[in-house]
Amino acid sequence: MLPGFPEAAPLQGLIGGVLIGLAAALMLLGAGRIAGVSGILARGTALAGGSMARTSAWGFLVGLPLGALAIRFGTDWEPAVFASWPVLVVAGLLVGFGTRMGSGCTSGHGVCGVSRLSQRSIVATTAFTAAGIATVFIMSLVGA
Amino acid sequence: MTLVRRLLPPLASGFLFGMGLTVSGMTDPQRVRGFLDVFGDWDPTLAFVMGGAVLVMAIAWRIQTRMAKPVFGERFSLPDRTDLDPRLLTGATVFGIGWGVAGLCPGPAVASLALSPVHAIPFVAAMLAGMLLQKITMERRVTS
Repeated sequence: MLPGFPEAAPLQGLIGGVLIGLAAALMLLGAGRIAGVSGILARGTALAGGSMARTSAWGFLVGLPLGALAIRFGTDWEPAVFASWPVLVVAGLLVGFGTRMGSGCTSGHGVCGVSRLSQRSIVATTAFTAAGIATVFIMSLVGA
Repeated sequence: MTLVRRLLPPLASGFLFGMGLTVSGMTDPQRVRGFLDVFGDWDPTLAFVMGGAVLVMAIAWRIQTRMAKPVFGERFSLPDRTDLDPRLLTGATVFGIGWGVAGLCPGPAVASLALSPVHAIPFVAAMLAGMLLQKITMERRVTS
């Protein structure tokens, strides 16, 4: 589909990206808020304060897996391969700690902030992408 | 009805978000790590996802500036910080390392609770623990 990148799925990527953009647009124009998953998760679980109603946070958090299921049963979805449990736990701790410390993740900073041309979000997105690239590179060097 | 207004827009947003993540393959950690593997077997799919989402949201931000209040809410509650602090950079870097290790960020992790619960549950549990750890060790004095 994409010359030179047999594994790439540019069309599915673009369609999915537009759906994510519409989701974030609905949150912004409908509810007046940023569709940032780490922040909403922290709000829903009372790990963060803020003005968002916890009902709203839970609405989003329940909608997310339901939307995933709609695709799961509506298309020829294949199960994904995940890292081992210990690796998932270490990664989860880093992701949880880092997203709260840095006030956002791929959705809040990457999608909502970058599209708003927020300086903080552009810096954060550059930093977490660079850190992710470096981590994958180092892991490939040590054979992990 | 307040409950419906509080619940439905975020639920619909989450649903679309979960659909988008799954359609685009972002719930597959191998595809996400493939994007970060720029020095190896690079998979550019995530760039198409980001491009599509940012494009739609850039339009949404333009519409937002012309609205006095959100469609289903009383007021916009949006981040207004513009300063760059070490905490933003450090937090984003810690998040990026975790993202690279397992190929999961908060959105796909929550969506995967329905798709691959055996792997998503330990990750999300660890992520919440990481968020709690961050809250305990560096409780925010200035709320953003």
